[in-house]
Amino acid sequence: MSSLNTTAEPSRWAQIWNSNIAYSFRRNPVAVVSLLVFGVITVMSFLAPLIAPFDPYDPAQMDIMNSEYPPVWVTGADPQFMLGTDDQGRDLWSTILYGTRLSLLIGICAVGLQAFLGISIGLIAGYVGGRVDSLLMRLADIQLSFSTLMVAIIFLAVTQAMFGSETFNQYAIYFLIAVIGVAEWPQYARTVRATVLAEKKKEYVDSARVLGFGPIRIMVRHILPNSLSPIFVISTVQVANAIISEASLSFLGLGMPPSQPSLGSLISSGFDYIFSGSWWITAIPGIVLVVLVLVINLLGDWLRDALNPKLYKG
Amino acid sequence: MSLLSVRDLSVKFAMRDNTVTALNQISFDLCKGERLGIVGESGAGKSITGFALMNLLSRPGYIDSGKIQFLGDDITQMPEAKMRNIRGNEMAMIFQDPMVTLNPVLTIGQQMVETLMAHRKLSKAEAEQIAIVKLREVYIPSPEERLDQYPHELSGGMRQRIIIAIALLLDPQLIIADEPTTALDVTIQADIMELLLELCESNKVGLILITHDLGVVSQMTERTLVMYAGRIIESGRTREIINDPQHPYTQGLINALPQQTKPGQRLKQIPGNMPSLTSIPKGCPFSPRCEYVQDHCLTEAPKPVQYTHVEVACHEVNRLHSDKAEEMN
Amino acid sequence: MTISRPLLKIHNLEKRFELDRGFLETLKFKRGKLVQEKREVHAVNNISLEVAPGEALCVVGESGCGKSTVARLIAGLLTPSAGEIHYDGERIDNRSRRALMPLRKKMQMIFQNPYASLNPRMTIQQALEEPVRYHNPGLSKGEVRDKVAEVMRSVGVDPSWAGRYPHEFSGGQRQRIAIARALTVDPEFIIADEPISALDVSIQAQVLNLMLEAKDERGLTYLFITHDLSVVQHFGTKVAVLYLGSVCELSDTATLFENPKHPYTRALLSAVPQLKDDHPNHIRLRGEIPTPINLPQGCPFESRCAHANSRCQSEKPRPQLHPDGALVACHAVEEGRLDG
Repeated sequence: MSSLNTTAEPSRWAQIWNSNIAYSFRRNPVAVVSLLVFGVITVMSFLAPLIAPFDPYDPAQMDIMNSEYPPVWVTGADPQFMLGTDDQGRDLWSTILYGTRLSLLIGICAVGLQAFLGISIGLIAGYVGGRVDSLLMRLADIQLSFSTLMVAIIFLAVTQAMFGSETFNQYAIYFLIAVIGVAEWPQYARTVRATVLAEKKKEYVDSARVLGFGPIRIMVRHILPNSLSPIFVISTVQVANAIISEASLSFLGLGMPPSQPSLGSLISSGFDYIFSGSWWITAIPGIVLVVLVLVINLLGDWLRDALNPKLYKG
Repeated sequence: MSLLSVRDLSVKFAMRDNTVTALNQISFDLCKGERLGIVGESGAGKSITGFALMNLLSRPGYIDSGKIQFLGDDITQMPEAKMRNIRGNEMAMIFQDPMVTLNPVLTIGQQMVETLMAHRKLSKAEAEQIAIVKLREVYIPSPEERLDQYPHELSGGMRQRIIIAIALLLDPQLIIADEPTTALDVTIQADIMELLLELCESNKVGLILITHDLGVVSQMTERTLVMYAGRIIESGRTREIINDPQHPYTQGLINALPQQTKPGQRLKQIPGNMPSLTSIPKGCPFSPRCEYVQDHCLTEAPKPVQYTHVEVACHEVNRLHSDKAEEMN
Repeated sequence: MTISRPLLKIHNLEKRFELDRGFLETLKFKRGKLVQEKREVHAVNNISLEVAPGEALCVVGESGCGKSTVARLIAGLLTPSAGEIHYDGERIDNRSRRALMPLRKKMQMIFQNPYASLNPRMTIQQALEEPVRYHNPGLSKGEVRDKVAEVMRSVGVDPSWAGRYPHEFSGGQRQRIAIARALTVDPEFIIADEPISALDVSIQAQVLNLMLEAKDERGLTYLFITHDLSVVQHFGTKVAVLYLGSVCELSDTATLFENPKHPYTRALLSAVPQLKDDHPNHIRLRGEIPTPINLPQGCPFESRCAHANSRCQSEKPRPQLHPDGALVACHAVEEGRLDG
């Protein structure tokens, strides 16, 4: 049988390297640069405790006398603080590293929660169909008709009032993950449901049913692995969205407290000083945020093109 | 006089790291009003031949070498504007799936009138008159009403009739039909084939019928090309190819049909699969599946030679023939 | 032939699909009034069939005649609107999935499109192992592997390719693997829904041979759905011709091909393009298949039949048994109008 040659199997890495998706990646400079930038930002932020010169969470290392030093390329800088300091005298470079880590963590965890909720609900709605489907999808419609920020603001404002800001600040990160995670599950649920409806009609699902497999096995072992491409694509977009949501909430004072700043709360805290000439406290974290969100979205764009076989050109 | 003359046509596809040959130096002629069948299995290159003749190959496919002379002009060298004029006016194509060939948001009338007015200077009323005449030719009941209907309001057989009517609108000299009835039911298929045959005969239109069905070719065409892995491996009069095939592949194809074996007995199958375009074997492309294979078949590609009534591309055709004669005795 | 108990028996089977789902869709505006109306597709109407052990019953018909619906009803992928399905003497159409589990090992299905019937994200090994493990939880790893290798060998696929994914195989090889998957649970009855119509001619012969071999070696009984009459003649022991969800003619294969009785069967047979016959002489049918939404009151074939009269329009013909064993549902045949 000629279509299969019996030469030695190429190694796993070689297989991945030669696959269509890796090829389209290599051919797309935007995607390569984006992944590179994203990788550098992620690695550096997660290595923050090792590479940051100061610990912004340690009040002992802060000195109010060091506040509002500009970055080193501006006159009047202290060479100790590469990107200057903020209003409380924290080293901006260290604070950005820690803040980016927090923002990424919240973004990824929130998307994890969204994905878990959305994929389970979407799978059930699509596979079971009928009334269950109608009920779950109407729930999703209701959820979508509130904007994420509105839900988050109400929820966070209420919890802040209920627990007091002391307790709230302590658990802010969990509240943020929960509220961003819960607010956006319908995105996943709708996408997954649509793919499940398409996959369910294929004969391999019938074949599994004729073999007597139960619905959970068919959903998880057969349909889900074939619905992964759109899930990957929306995941990238959703991570970017979640980071922005977190930054917006923090900017409004409903997110991370100033003692544990994320990118959003850094931008917010610097905002008061922008007219007194200390632009860097807002501008530099702002640039980091924009670059981070941009590269994630660019990667998502590439992924969508690469996984869409209709756009594939040989 | 020759209507179409194809010489050493090669079509290649540009892949990621290399190019693959989809058509390998095929040559054939078609006279005015002649009906030619192109038979082969999927991957043999028969549809690509149709597209190449219309100069409709799209990236990554391209004509690598060879000539397509249509009414004396070489299509491969023709500017696109002139080619557009030939398509429709002189050559028309009928595709496999009647569900997707017609534009679903335009009425039958709009599609026909548009085609007519794009090629000829006609008023809308005149164009509609011609459209009605053509619909009547393909036996569409009450054609005036059909003009205002949308494709989804019609059945598959009706749609394929309308597609044939559109193909005939501008009185072309050549119709290329790519599996025109594969998507239809047997009883409808027989009707459409009869209609196509009748129209080609009465209008003296040349027909190239691309199909996998030997039965259809046998009833529709005068001459046949058998294709395998991008090459023509046997060509000649249809009757002679069906009754006395020379190439081992053609023989295998005919013998594999259930009609050729007693009910319930093993069919005479050809072992293996058609090679994919990326891994066409060296030498004769059929050699890995051939029971008559010799050493030189593996290294040297056979050239078409005249043998009895047909042209065959096979090194071993002489031996094959003497074997068969022995079997007879 | 000894009279044995039928392995599969379907009795007055019916399947209707609702076109208008939900209350709002059923409301229609007619003659200035709002009326509630439910439209239904009558896919299968009152079909009764029997399959004896070792037989191969072929169900033929054109698209939309309900042949695939019959297959899916028997396989349990759809639930019938009315009627009964008995397997080996037990009624199976009203049982739950769990209650059907033992039956799943006996009855398997092969699908039309080998490009869609294998899960693209599973290797061949995984796809074949899954049913073996599921239905035989007691087997050890080695026994499962042996079983998979044995089945792969029996369908002519090299077991060393088990680590590959379906997209690395050609259509014919995939259909072999799909057959192998059905055979892993050692079934006795196979429902094959157009198993070769998506394949090339030379590959069709290979797969058909494989199915014939499996029939002889494993003593399989087949229900074979197809539109290709030449395959029926070769493969089937009995044939049921379906038109618009009803059986027109049911008889032994040899009888049907030698002496077709129903006008539709005759038209169908004459429409097959013959290889060696220069002069096609097919019976032209007028019109096209009516939609199964509004069934005609009389004979379903009446609108296209050259022999129809007023009785055909008003009264639905019942199947009549003929001396040669054929069951034919046609007034014209019954009255002897056809050959006169």
